[in-house]
Amino acid sequence: MIRVNNQYDVEWQAGMTVQDLLDGLKFSFRMIVVKINGQVVLRPDFATTPVPEGAEVQAIHLIGGG
Amino acid sequence: MLTRDSVQEMKLAHRVLAEFGYIVPKVQRGYAGQTLYVNLSTRHIEARPVTDEMKRIFIGGKGFGLWRLWHAVSGDTKWDDPENEIVFASGPIGGTTMYPGAGKSLVVTISPLTHIVVDSNVGGYFGPLLKFAGWDALEVQGKAERDVVIVIDGDSGRVTVEEAPAEPVDTHPLAEVFTEMYAKDEADRRNVSVVSTGQGAAHTRIGCLNVSWYDQRRGTARVKQAGRGGIGTVLRDKRVKGIVVRWTGVKADSNDPAELTRIRKVGQRINKEIIDLDDSQNKMRRVGTAHLVEIMNDYDLLPVHNYRFGSHPDAHRIDSRVWDKMFTQGIPDGCFYGCTMACSKGVDHYQVKTGPYAGECVTVDGPEYETVAGVGSNLGIFDPEPILELNFYCDTYGIDSISYGTLTAFIMECFEAGLLDLDKTGGLDLRFGNSQAAIELLHQMAEGRGFGQIAGMGVRAMKDYFVEHFGADRAFVESIGMENKGMEYSEYVTKESLAQQGGYGMTNKGAQHDEAWLIFMDMVNNQIPTFEDKAEALHYFPMWRTWFGLNGLCKLPWNDIEPADNALTDEPAKVPEHVHNYVELFSGITGQEVTKEDLITMSERVYNFKRVFNLKLGFGTRESDRIPYRSQGPVTVEEYESRQERYDKQLREKLGLDPVGLSTAEKAAALRRYREDQYQKLCDAVYKRRGWNCNGIPTVEKLRELGIDFPDVVALVTAHS
Repeated sequence: MIRVNNQYDVEWQAGMTVQDLLDGLKFSFRMIVVKINGQVVLRPDFATTPVPEGAEVQAIHLIGGG
Repeated sequence: MLTRDSVQEMKLAHRVLAEFGYIVPKVQRGYAGQTLYVNLSTRHIEARPVTDEMKRIFIGGKGFGLWRLWHAVSGDTKWDDPENEIVFASGPIGGTTMYPGAGKSLVVTISPLTHIVVDSNVGGYFGPLLKFAGWDALEVQGKAERDVVIVIDGDSGRVTVEEAPAEPVDTHPLAEVFTEMYAKDEADRRNVSVVSTGQGAAHTRIGCLNVSWYDQRRGTARVKQAGRGGIGTVLRDKRVKGIVVRWTGVKADSNDPAELTRIRKVGQRINKEIIDLDDSQNKMRRVGTAHLVEIMNDYDLLPVHNYRFGSHPDAHRIDSRVWDKMFTQGIPDGCFYGCTMACSKGVDHYQVKTGPYAGECVTVDGPEYETVAGVGSNLGIFDPEPILELNFYCDTYGIDSISYGTLTAFIMECFEAGLLDLDKTGGLDLRFGNSQAAIELLHQMAEGRGFGQIAGMGVRAMKDYFVEHFGADRAFVESIGMENKGMEYSEYVTKESLAQQGGYGMTNKGAQHDEAWLIFMDMVNNQIPTFEDKAEALHYFPMWRTWFGLNGLCKLPWNDIEPADNALTDEPAKVPEHVHNYVELFSGITGQEVTKEDLITMSERVYNFKRVFNLKLGFGTRESDRIPYRSQGPVTVEEYESRQERYDKQLREKLGLDPVGLSTAEKAAALRRYREDQYQKLCDAVYKRRGWNCNGIPTVEKLRELGIDFPDVVALVTAHS
């Protein structure tokens, strides 16, 4: 199980990347800061960075609003 | 058809009622050093000095506006009394061409909707040209007997009030007329800016202002809106058709910065950032704020059917991919010089379908996200053409598209609930999705006829009207009528974000999101879980956002673009590099060295002063921070059942209530009691953090701490404490 933002529980799957995780949660906002177990993952690396089982993930959305 | 000769004829019909000559001062360190006062009743015009105390405490922008308005009105002044003023101001950073988003004007008045002070932030060239023409602010008081134009000529040092009987009232012809009338030639048109509204402002409480700039590529005047709170209604009540300013020679150093190199450095850095990164971030340069449509839909935040729901399967029909194709691309669409964010997108060659301008080919300014959501999804309209039609007419009629959208959504829900019928609406079938009826309603509102007269009063007045005249249930209309302090909500669903409920409810002006937008931080990021966390956010972000309105700035370059390494900073939500930019801008222009903490203190002074101003006008307490339950949770059985899993889970986890065996109505009632109590607890925490008493009034200690303990301010607060 992956815990995201200390409130969303996501079933882990082998080979899951950061982008897969965001897509599954419908986190489509592009101004997102992602940390896996406290380590920052930059946007260019979302599609290639695996999410380990049991990870604590932060997907911090910057403030939006027009 | 507009020709040079027809414009000349209109000008020949002018009669000068008042005239004032002045020596145009050179701007020094961001300030002209004086404000302009025009009284339309007495025809008196004078210059008033900007004192050091004004600059120190009120900075500029809406700070100056509030200070001038405070002295102009009494606690009994109503929006349509001659004593009410409209005050326009830029700010010390306003007019800087080397940093994006530095061309905003701030406008304040007593609002016909809320009866307290409203302030609005608007693009276009007016504020900067006004400053360079010699005026840090313009006060317009009194009322003219017949329609007038106020002309501020900063090239010749002359202010006139002129009767203007022949010009049209609506913005899309009027902005062209005045731009042509007061420009020497085509090249000179960029030195003219026009404030206007339209016939809709005279017939509704939700009139907006339009502020122009001349788009040389398109060869047309374009406009942005000071939308909220009915300022356009005040302008027409004063019989002002338009206000024109002209000044030649905007340059990089027109603001007389103390250290131009500091401005250039941060400006070059952010301009490069925008050009390099916008396309991979929000695509503001291609679609403006319309990029938010699909995002809000994905997060269940897009208002649908009067905020009942947060998403819709047809939202893709009006999302940014559609607007990307319809906006003209490859044109620099900034609303002031030097803005690389350039997000003032427009749809060219749009053929108007209905109403008095049917058949004309126009440029539609927008739509912005708020308009797509407000006149689109919130009304159940998922077709771009009627959105463009409504956008065009809201602008030219001078009607706030947000308030129009939200009040029409309210009407539609009342219609579908059986409170209204064809007899009451004069034959308008105002069900969700009926775009023809929605458009016809807008025409009626603008012309002050039929059901449009009732709609144009706004949601708060309609609630009373429906209860009194149509037997509506008070509790129901109060629950679904989306207004706070009398201002219609802007276009975000806040049910699952307690912080944003406070972000709307505890504003100074009413339900506008320009103080705080905390939905992601709260609902998605889970970064502010406790009341104290939320209170801290509802202190910092409104203060931070206020600062843009003191300085003549647009907030979009702050956080609608981020540096590539922003993710690595301690507080990425604040975009620290951009905060540093603003410190550099203020210090570099004014010559005063400030810190980022100083920026917050500047704002706190003005913010608290505005809260006390509301008190002066008979409001400004906890009572006025009440919010409709539709903004907090499910009002109807349908709403509860659309998110049943989420709500049942909350009953279990937060209330310890087992939903099994309970009816939807019983569950919804329990949830409502809980959520309403949560909001009251939030108010307690926020007031405490802001240094206010439990009734939402700033304490005398707080006033002293901020240095705004003027005798009349202290007397007012003491009397109410």
